Amino acid sequence: MDDLVDLSRFQFAMTAMYHFLFVPLTLGLAWILLIMESLYVMTKKEVYKDMTKFWGKLFAINFALGVTTGLTMEFQFGTNWAYYSHYVGDVFGAPLAIEGMMAFFLESTFVGLFFFGWDRLSKLQHLAATFLVALGSSMSALWILVANAWMQNPVGAEFNYETMRMEMTSFAEVVFNPVAQVKFVHTVASGYVAGAMFVLAISSYYLLKGRDMAFAKRSFAIAAAFGTAGILCTILLGDESGYEVGDVQKAKLAAIESEWETHPAPAAFTMIGIPNQEEQRTDYAVRIPYALGIIATRSLDKEVKGLKELMDVHEVRIRSGMIAYGLLEKLRAGDETPENIKAFEEIKVDLGYGLLVKRYAPDVIDATEQQIQMAVDDSIPRVAPMFWSFRIMVGSGIAMLFIFLFAFYQSACNKIGSNKTFLKICLYSLPLPWIAIEAGWFVAEYGRQPWAIAEILPTHMGISSVSVEQVWFSIISIASFYTVLLVIELFLMFKFARLGPSSLKTGKYHFEQLENQIEPQLEVKQESK
Amino acid sequence: MFDYETLKLIWWVLISVLLIGFVITDGFDMGVGTLIPIIGKSDDERRMMINSIAPHWEGNQVWLVLAAGAIFAAWPAVYATAFSGFYVAMMLTLFALFFRPVGFDYRSKIEDPRWRTSWDWAIFTGSTVPPIIFGVAFGNILQGVPFVLDEFLRANYQGGFLDLLNPFSLLVGVFSLCLFVLQGSTWLQMKTEGEVRARARLVTMIVAPIAVLLFAVAGLWLASGIDGYVITSAIDVAGPSNPLLKTVEIQPGAWLANYELYPLTMLAPIVGLLFPLLALLASIFNRSAFAFISSSIAQFGVLLTCGISMFPFILPSSLDPSHSFTVWDATSSEVTLNIMTITAMIFLPLILLYTSWAYFKMFGRIGKSFLDKYRHSAY
Repeated sequence: MDDLVDLSRFQFAMTAMYHFLFVPLTLGLAWILLIMESLYVMTKKEVYKDMTKFWGKLFAINFALGVTTGLTMEFQFGTNWAYYSHYVGDVFGAPLAIEGMMAFFLESTFVGLFFFGWDRLSKLQHLAATFLVALGSSMSALWILVANAWMQNPVGAEFNYETMRMEMTSFAEVVFNPVAQVKFVHTVASGYVAGAMFVLAISSYYLLKGRDMAFAKRSFAIAAAFGTAGILCTILLGDESGYEVGDVQKAKLAAIESEWETHPAPAAFTMIGIPNQEEQRTDYAVRIPYALGIIATRSLDKEVKGLKELMDVHEVRIRSGMIAYGLLEKLRAGDETPENIKAFEEIKVDLGYGLLVKRYAPDVIDATEQQIQMAVDDSIPRVAPMFWSFRIMVGSGIAMLFIFLFAFYQSACNKIGSNKTFLKICLYSLPLPWIAIEAGWFVAEYGRQPWAIAEILPTHMGISSVSVEQVWFSIISIASFYTVLLVIELFLMFKFARLGPSSLKTGKYHFEQLENQIEPQLEVKQESK
Repeated sequence: MFDYETLKLIWWVLISVLLIGFVITDGFDMGVGTLIPIIGKSDDERRMMINSIAPHWEGNQVWLVLAAGAIFAAWPAVYATAFSGFYVAMMLTLFALFFRPVGFDYRSKIEDPRWRTSWDWAIFTGSTVPPIIFGVAFGNILQGVPFVLDEFLRANYQGGFLDLLNPFSLLVGVFSLCLFVLQGSTWLQMKTEGEVRARARLVTMIVAPIAVLLFAVAGLWLASGIDGYVITSAIDVAGPSNPLLKTVEIQPGAWLANYELYPLTMLAPIVGLLFPLLALLASIFNRSAFAFISSSIAQFGVLLTCGISMFPFILPSSLDPSHSFTVWDATSSEVTLNIMTITAMIFLPLILLYTSWAYFKMFGRIGKSFLDKYRHSAY
């Protein structure tokens, strides 16, 4: 049985992380395309149109896989997480359906016009189409993150024993979930950074090669400005601030910091150390006083709870949850006396904690002390992976901050391309946003364990009644498909990125100029006048 | 805003609308995908066919995505049971769907004929497998699906993938493919020129009578050989969504009960039988737009026939009929349905509006001159 849980989790993690290789670039590049096309509409310079079309080509190569892998996500809740879908579909499904109606339809309809409507639409109409693609993709992220945030901090819903599931009580609470708000800004802004880094790195490549300079410099400048704004938003509005609401978010924060004890406010930030789960302490810790308190609570007087104290709370709630489970069984069996209903309603918020025990004691109410203790130990995430992936994310983020600030400074002083070393740094920093983003998602989702829905549904309960063989079949198939698709995608991406704007076949750019035996420098001189 | 009973009905209608939107719009681009290697003889001809759907397939596919999302949100238990129960079939659909976005987008980016031919067959697979599986799925749902619910309402599916492939469901699968091809071929008649158009016309003229025949056979089979389901206890239509509170019996001919009760609903199968023939007639007289519209109306009639036959059942259980999911006891809560109804009332008209605008802007046939002009930017 556990095997099935692990396999289902593995498949979900694999497909979700793979999907999110493509989403951030779509999010960011769409707005960069809008900036470029706006400049075209305002200045009427063809180079901006070429920029929009060329980066649009790369956008398309990426977009195709974003759509492809998104389908898996939509299928997978039903195929592999059927009980989850039944248990929380009432709340979780709504933002997904609304995403389709409000955002994905918009994005997908206008992306067609973006690619094929250049000669069919007026300039302003086409610009509007580009805008709607960008708007659609970011709105899509909004609704997906509302759904995701509800998994982290499930507000606006309660358990209904008659239907055996969570039901929505307040849509406004679900939408205005504080976790959803910080998550939205943080995730979308990090996507903008990915888009900017993509354009910055590839433009740097052209600058290094001395090709299509006017085209590359303009792209570099736009990416530098957009990326600076993006990375500042990502870091300053980092979603650590969303980690003070809800029990699971608190556990996540403590795990990120490998903070076992609750210290008096303001807490110190453990910059580096070796988390030790068995002994429940952090070895060789280097701490910066006050920093964590300020980062996490935005104040000097609120304390950050340690993991040990959180586990004490969990134990109490697990015991209460076991009673709730017993009462629920009575209610389901038809023993719906007002006393039973009242008693159940009072402690049903702990029902999820009771379900944590189900992994060790299927009947829950007869769990032994030892089984309870096992459930308590499970009630916090593994600390070391959290601790390290968070630091990878932050490290990459800070590196990108410096890169974008310097690139922005160069653009402002008209010195783009003056420093070859910096161009190389920009080029080889291309993977940074992806590393940071994947690490960040790992922190958010792995840190949610043992829960599928925080405090409500343990992950091990959420799976489908399918066989291990079936899941192996899907894992192997999906992994094969995804590997082949990734190879093809990267092949095309590299081919067209190397080719640069010459791929547009306008006759104006580097490789075509070479064919025509015209001095490539000529174009640069003309443009720079 | 609305009472719970009305909301439950609204979502039966809305999900039908989304599925109909899917078979009409994504139907034609899947049909085109199936026909690419069959009637596209040269690379230019294949590119014409792909470019006739290029600006639209992306938006069209959202009808499918949205239909699945709406089933998740409005009928969570149905989404959970059907998707996990039909696990292998769903995965195969998913893998087939993988091919389309990448196929359309990557195919013409490299000149090598082997590259292009491989993608043509990928698009063919991605466009042919899903309609067959959707048909097979509907065929199985009409016969009842082997699942039971435990006391925690966890669905246990007790069939295998091969059980899905029974004669009736295979018939519906082939029929479904015919409908998609009909839709694709009439689209190509309307949007292309020359040889491709002539061959598409021929395809319509072959497929339309087959579709009518298969629909008639499936109908007769359903009436005579397949038992329907009937709710035999009282059911609280405004009550909580718990599928265990009713009793259901299997009865021969029960899938026809709604037509006897409301004779007007007979229009749905009549439309499904008549309009493919109209598409045929229109093709004979070279009225391609009329052929496409007739074919689209036929899709509407067929899907509605399926829905009306089963109403109020959504997913009948063959193992324990009383566990069947119906419109009345498998929906989301009143709050959720209300929110989604309001959203749908605002956004569905908007979607129809801008989708129509997009089609209007891309109006016109795709021919040789188009390819000569856009050789480097088109699909």
